[in-house]
Order: sequence, then C-alpha cells, then structure tokens
Amino acid sequence: MAIELKMPALSPTMEEGTLAKWLKSEGDTIEPGDIIAEIETDKATMEFEAIDEGVLTKILVAEGSENVAVGTVIAQLEGEGEESAPAPTPAPEPAAEASPAPAPVAEKPAASSPASDPEIPAGTSLTQVTVREALRDAMAEEMRADPRVFVMGEEVAEYQGAYKVTQGLLDEFGPKRVIDTPITEYGFAGIGSGAAMGGLRPIVEFMTFNFAMQAIDHIINSAAKTNYMSGGQMRCPIVFRGPNGAASRVGAQHSQNYGPWYASVPGLIVIAPYDSSDAKGLMKAAIRSQDPVVFLENELVYGRSFDVPDVNDHVLPIGKARIVREGNDATIVTYSIGVGLALEAAEALAQDGIDAEVIDLRTLRPLDKETVLKSLAKTNRLVVAEEGWPTCSIASEIISICMEEGFDDLDAPVMRVCNEDVPLPYAANLEKLALIDAPRIVEAVKKVCYV
Amino acid sequence: MAKKPAASKAPAKSTARSRTKAKSPHTAAPSDDPDFILHSLQEEFEAAKSFAASDEQLMEFYRQMLLIRRFEEKAGQLYGLGLIGGFCHLYIGQEAVAIGLQSALDNDKDSVITGYRDHGHMLAYGIDPKVIMAELTGREAGISKGKGGSMHMFSTEHKFYGGHGIVGAQVALGGGLALAHQYNDDGGLCLAYFGDGAANQGQVYETFNMAALWNLPIVFVVEDNQYAMGTASARSSAETRFYRRGTAFRIPGMEVNGMDVLEVRAAAEVAFKHVRDGKGPVLMELNTYRYRGHSMSDPAKYRTRDEVQEQRDNHDPIERMKAVLIEAGHDEADLKAIDKDIRKVVAEAADFAESSPEPGPSELYTEVLVEEY
Repeated sequence: MAIELKMPALSPTMEEGTLAKWLKSEGDTIEPGDIIAEIETDKATMEFEAIDEGVLTKILVAEGSENVAVGTVIAQLEGEGEESAPAPTPAPEPAAEASPAPAPVAEKPAASSPASDPEIPAGTSLTQVTVREALRDAMAEEMRADPRVFVMGEEVAEYQGAYKVTQGLLDEFGPKRVIDTPITEYGFAGIGSGAAMGGLRPIVEFMTFNFAMQAIDHIINSAAKTNYMSGGQMRCPIVFRGPNGAASRVGAQHSQNYGPWYASVPGLIVIAPYDSSDAKGLMKAAIRSQDPVVFLENELVYGRSFDVPDVNDHVLPIGKARIVREGNDATIVTYSIGVGLALEAAEALAQDGIDAEVIDLRTLRPLDKETVLKSLAKTNRLVVAEEGWPTCSIASEIISICMEEGFDDLDAPVMRVCNEDVPLPYAANLEKLALIDAPRIVEAVKKVCYV
Repeated sequence: MAKKPAASKAPAKSTARSRTKAKSPHTAAPSDDPDFILHSLQEEFEAAKSFAASDEQLMEFYRQMLLIRRFEEKAGQLYGLGLIGGFCHLYIGQEAVAIGLQSALDNDKDSVITGYRDHGHMLAYGIDPKVIMAELTGREAGISKGKGGSMHMFSTEHKFYGGHGIVGAQVALGGGLALAHQYNDDGGLCLAYFGDGAANQGQVYETFNMAALWNLPIVFVVEDNQYAMGTASARSSAETRFYRRGTAFRIPGMEVNGMDVLEVRAAAEVAFKHVRDGKGPVLMELNTYRYRGHSMSDPAKYRTRDEVQEQRDNHDPIERMKAVLIEAGHDEADLKAIDKDIRKVVAEAADFAESSPEPGPSELYTEVLVEEY
C-alpha cells in the first residue's frame, strides 16, 4: 500500500521550505527513524525522519526545489503489505489563503450580579476588633470547620506571625496545620499550590507581597491557569495572603501595591479589604472558594479597630463593592487603605458643602462594575483614590469602565488620585510627598465638581 | 570533560563510586548524622540491578514502550501536517523511564507530575490515546477539552497532575502533592519528573530543602536526556551527576540507566520502598536520550547525526526489550503482530483526533473560574 510522504511543517509558523537534499534514493528500503531528506527553512535546516517502513518508490519533488508548500506530496513509499494508517490530510492553509469568513463569535456569558451582603439581624451586637484579629479569627474559624485548611509561611507558627496575624494558631491547631517555612517564597508558593491541586486548602502567608514577586510564577502560571488549561479537571483552591502596599519608611523594595498586577490575571480572585468586618467576612469566603485567591492586606491598617457583627458565621460575598458613605455630589472609588483617606476627604468636603459618596471596591477581581456605574449615574462625577502607582492601575481600569459604559452619565472627566510615579523614597518628607492623602482627594473631587 | 551519552558514561562513574566506597560510611555522610549515607540506596540497587519480570510483565513493558514510540511518531507526523500546532515535545528514546517507574506505582494512592514532555507519562497510565491525541490537535474531545494542548494535560482520575510548561515548576508542585499525601496520611507518594535543564532551577533546591526538612514522601526524578533544549548538560551544569545534587539536603541519590526498563523498574522498587518506609525523599537520575529535537521546531544542530544513531543502534530501550523477549522464546512474528496492533490503535487515535470537532466558541469563557461571583 502506497504511503504519501508530505512536505512537513517543522515549526508553528512554517508555510513553505526548500527541499535541500534527498538522503535516500528511489528503491531504497526505509526503516522508521531513518533520515530521508533535509528541509531548509529561513531559520534552519531540519531532518525529515521516516516513521513508516517500506521502499521509497518515487521521489516527486527534486532536491534543490524551493518554496515547496507544507503538505505537498514529495515522495511515495510502498509499505510491506502492512496495514498502514491512511496519511491524514493536511490542515487547511493558514492565513494566506484563509477564507474571509469571520470567525464565529463566542457568546460571552452574561455577567451575573454579585450577591449582596447578608442581612445583619436588627439588634445584633457589635464588637470592636482589630483587622489583625479579624483575619486571625476568620482563619481559625475556617480551620475548625474544615480539616483540609492549613496555614504555611515564614514565621507563621512559633514566632506567631511577623505581623502577628497568625497569633495563637499554632497553639490551637498544632504544627501539622500551622507550618513554618524556610525563606523560600518560590518554593513554598509552589508547594502550597501543589497541595491545593492535591485536595488540601492551603493559606499561604507572604510576610509581605513584595516577597511574593519571587513566587509570582506559581500564583499566575500554576494557580490561576490550571483550571482552564485542564478543561476544568484540576483546581487550585488556595489563598495567598499578606500585607500589601506602602508601610512606613521601609523604602522602595518593601513598599508596593500589587493589586493591579494580580487583578489583571484571569483565573485569580483578588480581594483587598479595608475594615475588620470585611477582612473577616471576605477571608472566610476566600478560604471557602474553590478558586485561587490573592488576599491583599495592609500593614498600616492591621492595628485599627472596627465593629464586627457578633454573628455565628460572618461570610461576605466575593465580587461585591460596598458603599461606605452615601452621597449625591461626587463618587470616590477606592479600596484598602484608600478607604480611610477617602472617608477623611469626604468629611472635609462635607464642610465645603460637597456630599461625596465613597465606594470600597473590596474585591479587585472580579470588579463590581455595577455598583460603580450606579453611583456614577447618581452623582455624575467620579474620582478614584488608590494607594499605588497611577500607570496601568485599578484607577485606570475604573476610568476605562466609566468611559465605555458610563460615558453618558459623566459631567466631568474621571480623575485619579494615586501615588507619585516614582519608587517610594525613604526620607520622611519625600515619602509623604509620594503617597496619596486626603487633601489630594479633596482637591480632585473639587476639580470634578468644578468648584 | 563533556558528559557522554548514557552508555559511555560508565567508566567515569565507577571511579566516582569506588571513591565513595573507599571512605567509611561515617565520613561519607554529608553531616554528622552517621545514619545518612548518600549511596545507601545505590548500593542496594546495584546488588540486584535488573528487575525479575514475569513473561507477562516483559510483554507489557514492550507493548507500552512501543505504544509511546508509535504514538509520538504519529504526533510528529501530524505536526508536520499542521494538525498539531505550537510546541510539541516528543518522548521518543525516553520510553523506558516512564514505563519502568510508573509500573512500580500504586495507582490507587500515588501521584505523578511532570513538565511539558508529558505524552509518554499519560500513555504509561493507560489513558486512552484518543483523548491525548485529540488534545494535541486541539479538539473538544481532548483530555483538556482542547484548552491545554501538548504541554498541559492532566488526569486527576489517575492522579496525574500534569503537564506544566514552566521549567522546574512541577518540582515544587510535586512537593505540594507529597505534602498532601503526608497531611492526609494516605500512604501515597509523589513521583516528580524533571529534566537535566530544570535541575538548574532554584526552586528545585528550595523544594529539596523543604522535602527533606519535612520528610515528604516524594521521589524526584531527573530525566537526564543529555540536553537542556540545545545545551549539552556539561555546558550548563557544574555537576552533571545529577543524583549527587541532593547531598546538600541529605537526600540520597540513585543513578540509573534510563534506557533499560528492567533496571529502571528495579531502581524504582528500591526508591519507592525507602519513601514508603517514611525515610523521606529520594533523588533518582535516569540517564536517557532524546532522539528527536527538544521540540518539533528544533533542528538539533548541536549534536551529530552519528551520536543519535549510536544511541538508536546500541541503547534503544525497545530494541533492548525485544532482544530480551526473543531470548525468552518469543518469535519475531509475534512481536511484529504487537507492533501492527499498536499501529492500528495509534492510527485510530489519529483519525479520532483529526475528525473530532474543535471546541465550541462558548468554551472560550468556561472554566476561567470554578465558581460564580
């Protein structure tokens, strides 16, 4: 039975090549693995290897022929009376001769509205709790409820956490579930991701997210992409958490907001809460999520106290922003430490007769566009306040959303108030100049209000 | 001195071993713990180097290795025809490694993870060649629904965890799978494969450290196919005896001829027992050879045709097994019949992969996240 040998494509982009040399002649017996010919492309010379056995009966394209299209029959092989696979037909020619018919458009699933926060029953008591304790309580509650949940990271166990967020966990859960790691972020982020793939529910603490740069490959390539790449077979339910953003006078390498970095990656959930109630409710949701979560905390906020409702199981919806202050004249969209500054700004603006609404995004991915656009439709003016660099920021994203989907509601251009576009300096005065503050937010709101 | 391909390495190695042997076990230990001997497993393995397989097992090894060979040859052909795109890394020449190791696993408990050269490991599990080939052609029926491709295939049903494209990442992920075995106390171990190229990645050593520190049930396998893409191991690695690379972490090493499936299996028995006995990780170096380029688009100009031919002629794992079978009384015609059957299976897989539809456009948006928010 005749087997057709076709001009092979030797790279993803090759469309044609030169048949440089025949290494076999008509009548030669061919064994699988024999090099039959040499093919040249613009990049390299490659060997064309036989996979079938038989006798080379006919050479159809002479050596030295140029511009031989991929898929052209270049020779015939007579098999030894064996049943051979019919040579498959080549794939249609790429681009060059592709039909002009447009590719079928994939229908995007309609975005569902994010769930609202659960009702807190009237009369529920509130307790003042620091953000640090709220995070710890969330982890402890989830660890009590689910034996698969464990914490790993640098100094999380015996030292009780570099920022004391894991205080007391070792005592309650023991070293099997509260694991001190060596200082090897790339390695333990990978081990955590692998454990999640293997069915556990790891919480990986980065002492700060600055050090997660060492581990970002696993966060993005291993954790975020695996569910998709595996066609939904393999999940990676993991929480990467730790302080993010500028702390105080720790210099450029320890002061960066990674919110925009992670929020740009499909397959990740990115949460950046401000107060204790949100920190607790969203941490519990993050641990329960079947998706990989990047949970961005803020060192400067850890010690602040806020009310947390005394309910049995305080879980908040991922993907839902919160209006922390209602107002009618302008909207300030913000998250994390920016929320405190925005509230401060709103108080100052109120004294000038401007009634600002403050939205805490809480989740950076998926972003709650609905809440932002609804507020814009009400106030017609919007400012984004973000403790982070301005370029390719969450602020940029919000501005883009307002342009694309809220243009008709805008009475003024959306403005962003971000850190200065420089590495964070150490000197106290320069650091202060580089970071956002309430007066700058006030100024921007006045600008969009044309006051 | 350049590290020579598998077989010609022997002389240099025996020198190395005799040097170690000359020392007393105590001084050979990398720390002051007298119980740790780097070569303890190697010595046990050397004592019975060839697995005493039953006739049935021999035939099965032959059949499985041949299936990988024929499958990969067909994949190469489909690539040449433009039916497979992107990167496609073939396992031809390395078949004995996956077959020898995976045949020693407890498939109910143990997990496997590897890099991007993953078709062979999938086939070694007995996963249907059709769904593997359909993944290569990017079709809906592919094991990852056509969304992963050659480098990203998984079968959680078989505890096969991929299929990873970032060189060395699977080693740390494998450490995590091992952590899960230990955490769940399920008696399983993780087999983490990586190449001689990946052996120079920093995270490999971060993982060695934690695996040894936490006594994780993991077998690290360096598939040393002599080339990290186009760079010979001696040009990229200060220490090309990869089995020694665990010494700093007190991980015992083993050096194995990865072209001999019976030797691989014998070594696997020793390594797996060590891990299952709770003695912590093992590092195995499997010396093998990749006949084809690093990927389909590699012209392989960094080595001579003679070097490849020498391996094919003198060290081929399938030819070696064929000789064993003939010695055991099987005749050539029977073996030819097996080849014919396998060619048929592979041809059917190729037909299936070619005729299956591409994924529907709506698949674009599915499985980005598991939950809805």
